[in-house]
Amino acid sequence: MEPLSALDITARILYQLSPVWISLLILFALSAAFKRRLGLYGKLFDSPIGMIGFALVMFWVFTGIYGAMDMIVTHDPLSQVSGMKNKVPGTPVRGLGEEEYQWYLLGGDNLARDVFSRLIKGAWVVVQIAPLATLFAFMVGITLGLPAGYYGGRLDTILSFLANLILAFPVILLFYLLVTPEIVATGVPNYMAIVLFMFPIVFIGVLLNSRYYTRPKLRNPLLAGVLGIAIWLYLQLVSSGGYLINTSTGFKIPGLPKVLDFFDIPGGILVVFVSVVFVNSPTVFRIVRGLTLDIKTRDYVAAAQTRGEGPWYIMLWEILPNARGPLIVDFCLRIGYTTILLGTLGFFGLGLPPESPDWGSTINDGRKLLSIYLHPALPPAFALLTLVLGLNLLADGLREESLKD
Amino acid sequence: MGLFILRRSGVMLLTALCLTFIVFFLTNLYPNLEKLAKTQGNFRMTDEAVASWLDKNGHSGWMISRYGEWLGVLPGWTRENEEGVTGRCITGAVSAEEAANAPTFCGILQGDWGYSSVFKKDVASIISERLQNTLRLMGWVLLLMVPSALIIGVLAGMREGSATDRGLSTVSILTTATPEYVSGVIFIAVFTSSTVGLKWFKGTATAATDNPTFENFFLPVLTIALYGMGYIARMTRASMTEVMTAQYIRTARLKGVSFHNIVIKHALRNALIAPFTVIMLQFPWLLNGVVIVETLFNYKGFGFILVQAAGNNDIDLLLAVSVVSVFVVLITQMISDIGYVYLNPRIRIS
Repeated sequence: MEPLSALDITARILYQLSPVWISLLILFALSAAFKRRLGLYGKLFDSPIGMIGFALVMFWVFTGIYGAMDMIVTHDPLSQVSGMKNKVPGTPVRGLGEEEYQWYLLGGDNLARDVFSRLIKGAWVVVQIAPLATLFAFMVGITLGLPAGYYGGRLDTILSFLANLILAFPVILLFYLLVTPEIVATGVPNYMAIVLFMFPIVFIGVLLNSRYYTRPKLRNPLLAGVLGIAIWLYLQLVSSGGYLINTSTGFKIPGLPKVLDFFDIPGGILVVFVSVVFVNSPTVFRIVRGLTLDIKTRDYVAAAQTRGEGPWYIMLWEILPNARGPLIVDFCLRIGYTTILLGTLGFFGLGLPPESPDWGSTINDGRKLLSIYLHPALPPAFALLTLVLGLNLLADGLREESLKD
Repeated sequence: MGLFILRRSGVMLLTALCLTFIVFFLTNLYPNLEKLAKTQGNFRMTDEAVASWLDKNGHSGWMISRYGEWLGVLPGWTRENEEGVTGRCITGAVSAEEAANAPTFCGILQGDWGYSSVFKKDVASIISERLQNTLRLMGWVLLLMVPSALIIGVLAGMREGSATDRGLSTVSILTTATPEYVSGVIFIAVFTSSTVGLKWFKGTATAATDNPTFENFFLPVLTIALYGMGYIARMTRASMTEVMTAQYIRTARLKGVSFHNIVIKHALRNALIAPFTVIMLQFPWLLNGVVIVETLFNYKGFGFILVQAAGNNDIDLLLAVSVVSVFVVLITQMISDIGYVYLNPRIRIS
């Protein structure tokens, strides 16, 4: 079979991505049609910059999701086909059945795996981890930043000191210290997961309790239900194989029994997740603390205090909603930063398994032969670039639109 | 001001102590020590052999007392065996009389940074040699990054919403969205590979440690500078647009001062206070960039030894690296605080 020309490759990639195009079209048509009723999200469609950013982000989100459902990928991202090592884009694969895809659209990497499929699968790794890790970091930062800013005093001094402590570490050194196999074997990341994942539960609990405190009939069943599910999810998250901690030296802390444990996070992903949350939370803490310091001097806070509202009600239902603008913008920027951090981890071969298709690892694999073969390293590099650029543009658009009113 | 600096220095020392203890704790966890014993001794050691090796080399006992020894506030360990006396402050095995003459304390407070198990050299000499390489890199990065970022920021912020502003803002967003390992790979691909065929620069900077030339040194410098540049430029732009809408600028315009003069004489000085802080706070990020770029371009500097030390759990070297980087971060933070107070007359006078 003939190798494909550049035009052919482009056309075939575009065709392969057709579910993404259709989803994007539907999303944009619906959003533009109802934009007046959609609040800040709808206003995004008034700003060209924001729309471009949103389109780039959603492109990768859809690609990641459909890639995970095996809709876009042409080959198995881990299988190696003999004779395809470092082959240029568009090379036909020999010896495949009729129903299988006949070309490596973006060529083969140095282990003869399909670059295109790995790129798509790598999008899923990012789409899965980055927003969730950022969300967790925000929960931690908000739960600690609000009281630090609101109460001030010694609590603020101690928490700020701890935040600055983490921020003074060079990120890469911290990653090396947390993610090496020897440290993972001691269970340090598991302890950190146990502590860090507790914050969302505390956050949700305090949020609901402060809101419905005066209506115990509604509050009690609501809190019991929500916290029950949250704690169950939490235990599933932090325990694997029936243990919270299970180190190689034989030290064990029993956790949720296997019968109730429906999903396990693969060890590598958990470690990466925890370290990314850990690195991001102090910055979020500082932002939330600064916003709280500013907002707590406003009149409506004084009014709430005079009304006799509890401090947590004021923090979570008076201050936090009024800080949402800058926080949403920072959330977008921070997902981008988290994506960069994930890439950094992959680039240094930390955490994720070496055959993992994530972009950082792929760039690291590809860079070694960069002077001869460009095609394994460049696609993931551009993918990461466009996703982070999209998030930055989206944040810019949101900032512009939220400042308008 | 004096009290402020004193208090900041106190906090800084406390932070440094805490951070080094964390690094010490993590590098001295048992699996790490076991790996060290096996790489230094042999890989088929039994558990007892590992334990006795660790004891013989002073890695046993309380973590906190070993930290004290490393710091130089507790007397260094000594062990007696059939070959003589060995110890933290003694090289090799010596007789009891010589051991009595050896110094009791030898930690970093006494200037003894320890011995690198990977490079088989004194840590102090490795650090000072490699730090020079990195300082040269950082110097050029700052020289390229700061002026271009300020120029871009000022030009963009001068007339908010103009075509220049839109264009330059997009460029700065693009550079902040491109981490070093992406831009570095793209630069190497475009400018050095035989496939594209431009071959303007060298793909590695190994030779630049002895003989930096434009050809082998420009790409690493550019890669680090670009990532930091966008952020500083955006901060400068924000600060510049704020100043340009201030009352005194409008007054100057109404008085008929030319636009050129307003920007140079009136706006610029006030607009550059905020970026100063930002530039100083960029240092932790620059340090990251240095690690990535030195790995990518194979430049034997400070970041390169960080990766080597962390990858091989070279305890003494890793501790020294973290001491240096933590002090760089903390000192730049302090300079930014002091500089902000000094530059801003509203705070300085009150």
